[in-house]
Order: sequence, then C-alpha cells, then structure tokens
Amino acid sequence: MVKNKENSEDLEFWATNSEEGGWNIASTDEGSQKMNDEETDQQLKIQTGSDVVDDYFIEEETSEDERMIVNMGPQHPSTHGVLRLQVELEGEAVRRVKPVIGYLHTGMEKTGEELTYLQGPTNTTRMDYLSPFFNELVFSLATEKLLDIEVPARAQTIRILMTELNRISSHLVALATGGMDIGALSMMIFGFRERELILNFFEKTTGLRMNHNYIRPGGVAADLPDDWQKDVKEILKIIPEKLKDYDEMLLDNPIWKGRLQNVGILTTEECLAYGITGPSLRAAGYGWDLRKMQPYSGIEKFDFNVPVLQESDVFARWRIKVLEILESLSIVEQAMNKMPKGPYKIQDKKVTPPPRKRLDESMEALIHHFKIYTEGFKVPEGEVYVAVESPRGELGCYIVSDGSSKPYRMHVRGPSFCNLQALPIVMADSPIADAVAAIASLDPVIGDVDR
Amino acid sequence: MIEVLEVEIEKYHQQIKALFDDGYEMMVDLTAVDWFRKREPRFELVVNLLSLSKNSRKTVKVKVEDETLTVPSITDIYPGANFYEREVYDMFGILFENHPELTRILMPDDWIGHPLRKDYGSGRIPVQFKNAPKVD
Repeated sequence: MVKNKENSEDLEFWATNSEEGGWNIASTDEGSQKMNDEETDQQLKIQTGSDVVDDYFIEEETSEDERMIVNMGPQHPSTHGVLRLQVELEGEAVRRVKPVIGYLHTGMEKTGEELTYLQGPTNTTRMDYLSPFFNELVFSLATEKLLDIEVPARAQTIRILMTELNRISSHLVALATGGMDIGALSMMIFGFRERELILNFFEKTTGLRMNHNYIRPGGVAADLPDDWQKDVKEILKIIPEKLKDYDEMLLDNPIWKGRLQNVGILTTEECLAYGITGPSLRAAGYGWDLRKMQPYSGIEKFDFNVPVLQESDVFARWRIKVLEILESLSIVEQAMNKMPKGPYKIQDKKVTPPPRKRLDESMEALIHHFKIYTEGFKVPEGEVYVAVESPRGELGCYIVSDGSSKPYRMHVRGPSFCNLQALPIVMADSPIADAVAAIASLDPVIGDVDR
Repeated sequence: MIEVLEVEIEKYHQQIKALFDDGYEMMVDLTAVDWFRKREPRFELVVNLLSLSKNSRKTVKVKVEDETLTVPSITDIYPGANFYEREVYDMFGILFENHPELTRILMPDDWIGHPLRKDYGSGRIPVQFKNAPKVD
C-alpha cells in the first residue's frame, strides 16, 4: 500500500474509504491489477494452470458492448473456397452467423441457356468440382427424360461405376479437409493420397482428373480403357486397408472424439425444415437416400445398405462418410463384376455422333456429325426435374425446353447451396473453435453454392 | 412423373401450407422461368416439394405478373426457402412479401439488372481495356 503523507490532501479526491489519510489503491487503475492478498489453494491452482476451469460459455448477462462482429473469409483456408461468414462473437462464443456467398458466381445457369444439350455437361461439370460426374449425370438424365430415350445397359453400369468412385473420392476430400481444419494434419495427407488413386483412374478413362465431360446425353463419351478391371481392383484393395488406418488413428482417439462429439448438433427436424439432405440427414437418424427411394440409372439392381447414425453431431457426420465409402466400394465391386457387354452409347443417330471412322465412308454419317456438333439435336417441348444422390445430398436439375436444341431454362439445385443455410443453426452458441469443425462437417463446395 | 399444381397467386401461400400439412416436409427447390414475349403473364415461379414419408414429389407453379412482381414468401412454412427466394429475387427481380431479408445473394449488392431475365443479354458488360468500344 502506497502512503504519501505529504500529498494526502491533494489526493483527497481519490481517497475513498481511506484509513488514516492514505488512499485506497483498489480504486485506481493500477490497484485493480493487484493480486489478492490472501488466495485459496484453489485459486492458486487455477493461476498456475494445474486446475483447468471449463468456462467456455459466457454468461448471458454480458452487455452489447462485448459483442464483436468478425469476418471469417472469403480468403480463409478452412472455409473450403471463398465462403465468407459474418460471425458475431461474444468472447469465445459464437452468437450469430451470416453466410455471405456469391464470390464464385460465374452465371452458369445463364451460360447453360446458350449451350446445346451436348455441350451442357461441359458447363454443369464445373459446378460441384469435387463430384463432377454427378453433375454430368443429372444433366444427362434430365435431357434423356425429355427425349424419352433409355441408354444401353453398359452405359448405365459405367455411369454407376464412375459416380460411385466419384463419391469415394469426394468423401475422401471431405475427410481430409475436415481433419485438416481440426488439426489432424496426417488425415489431410492420407485423404488426398488415396484420392489420387481414383483420380488416376478417372484420368485414364476420361482424359481429365476433374471436369471430365464424360457422361453425356445418350451414354458416355468413351468406353472404359482396356485393363480397367486391374485399376479398379487395386482401388478396391487399397482403400479398405487405408480406411482401417484412419479408424485406428481417429476412431478411438480421445482428442478427435473430444473435438467432435456433441458438437454442432443438427437434428432431423432442422434438416427437414431447411431442406438438408445427404450425409447430414442420415447422420441425424433419417435414412433417406435417393439411390434407394427414387433409383436412377439402374442402381436398384445393386445390393447395398444405407448407413444411418443417430447422434446428429459432427462426429456422426464424419463417421457416416467413412461408412458410405465402404458401401460405395461394394457397389463398385458389383458393377465391375457384372459389367454388361454392348454399346456404351445409344445407337440413335440423331442423338449420338457417329464414330470417327464412319465419317470417311458415309455421307449420311458426315451430315449427322455436322448437324450434332453445330446445331445440336432438338429436344421436344416440356419440362423436367430429375434428382440424384450426390455426395452432399440431393442434386437436382430442372430443364425447360422450348423445342430447340438449347435449354430454355436450366436450373441446378445444388445441395451445398441448401446445406449452407444450416450453418447459422449449427454454429450458434458454440465456441469459435468448434465453428471450423461445423463448417467442415457440412462439407460445402463453393462451386456448387455460387454456380 | 411429378404431379404439377398450377395455382393462382392469391391461393399460393394457402396451397403450400396445405401441402405442408399433408406431409410434404421438405422444400427442395424454388426457381422461376422468364417467358419473355412468349407467354402472359411473364414470370412463372416453380416450387418443388418433397415428402420423405410418402416418397413423392409435387410441383407448385404460380404465375407472376410483370406489373406487380410480388409473391408471398413461404419462409414462414419452410425456413429453407430463404436462400432460394433471395436467389430468385436476385436473378429475376421477383419480390417476396414478408421475407426476413430480401437482398441480393449471388450478385454484388450494387448490381443493376437481373441476370437470368431473357432481356438481359450475356457478355454485355463493358470491358475496361484501352480503346475498347463501349457497350451499353
């Protein structure tokens, strides 16, 4: 205690509750920083860090001044692209979240109105860049429904093979980036390493690692390469082994569980109200899968289960992706074993271009080739909505045709766009450290959000 | 095939509410079509509903006049319609009554025009290169 007898009268103003002319140090700014004179053992333990008090949540009574709005993104490594979140913080706790999107908007629906139906998959494949085959598939299915044609059995099975492999590669990226966001950096390396196997097979088959433009109205662009079974067998052998490694590393890992369990709860009711489909809905205990309920491209002939978990937290959403990879592997194996022989695209000269060889021999083939690549094939008037189960949920395509060779209106219902609406619910009233885990568990792809 | 219900604009909100009570728990998709100089009225709003319990889909269509351009919002029934109605407002300029926050979602806030309208040309933004001819 500082005692200044000489200046005690000058300091009279400050000296509240003072004894013998001194002034109470606790009433000044310096004084408030003084440690307590007598401390209990408990307080000492807290100060030295040997006893940790879990006081993440700030009491509700804090004033408005303590709220702070922080911009997360658009350039932030854990927002999976250019997602911007306006986060209202109260200390460590997230109170309100507002997603701001549109930074990757490239007007793909407008572009789609100016491309022919054959050029359409080139455009749609760039929307959800982690699952391009699904975008091509849904556009092709919608066009085929308008044309009222059915593609050959081999084309259907190739489509299933490629989309299910794509589901595995997409989920692997989700596991990898989800791990990276939480700090499990080995998971990031592992996930991308295994995805490379699948992308190599895609490159061999379609010529490109992403944005393949392989599934087209009327079938697929090319047949599978000569020794494709060898590559698929290698994928089927390696990925289950690696999944075991992931489980060994993470499934019983106390840090991983502590970070993910009971975090970011998204219940079934919230999923239904906000239109959230896919793994998030199935992790909330509702076994809805379009592959079972509204099958497409002959997937009803395959034998697989739909994994459902009840916990509806981030851990369940991580776990369900691992289980879905295993189911997809089983579908891929079945597709490989019963791949039918025959043509890989429909034998309709008005829809599919003739083989290159025929152009030198047949005048008619040359005309068809010319017409399809310049004007495109005409699609009857009508409108159609087709949906497939993409790795992130229901991916729909709504096409309105006016009878010309270009869609009058082409709209893609991206699952990420809809799932993003759940972020404010998932993140509200949770510590900011869990916010990143919540974003990663919803697995938004900004190319699909902004289109 | 998906069943299509065409309703008047006055009965639109009522119809959606009736379908929600009928077990159509999820609003899957909401979009619009611009029938510029092809049909009257000009705009058509297309709402796609899904019933998970009954495994069925229904489409509700409502025609929107070019003069009024106003539709009641269904965010009070399906909160998930929020982003979709903002997208339709952004792309077509259709206004939604009682929407919690009707602002542009994909385009910048100060953007002029509604890109998915048929009278909005694509690629007509003036390019800021030297000596480039100006386009209106």
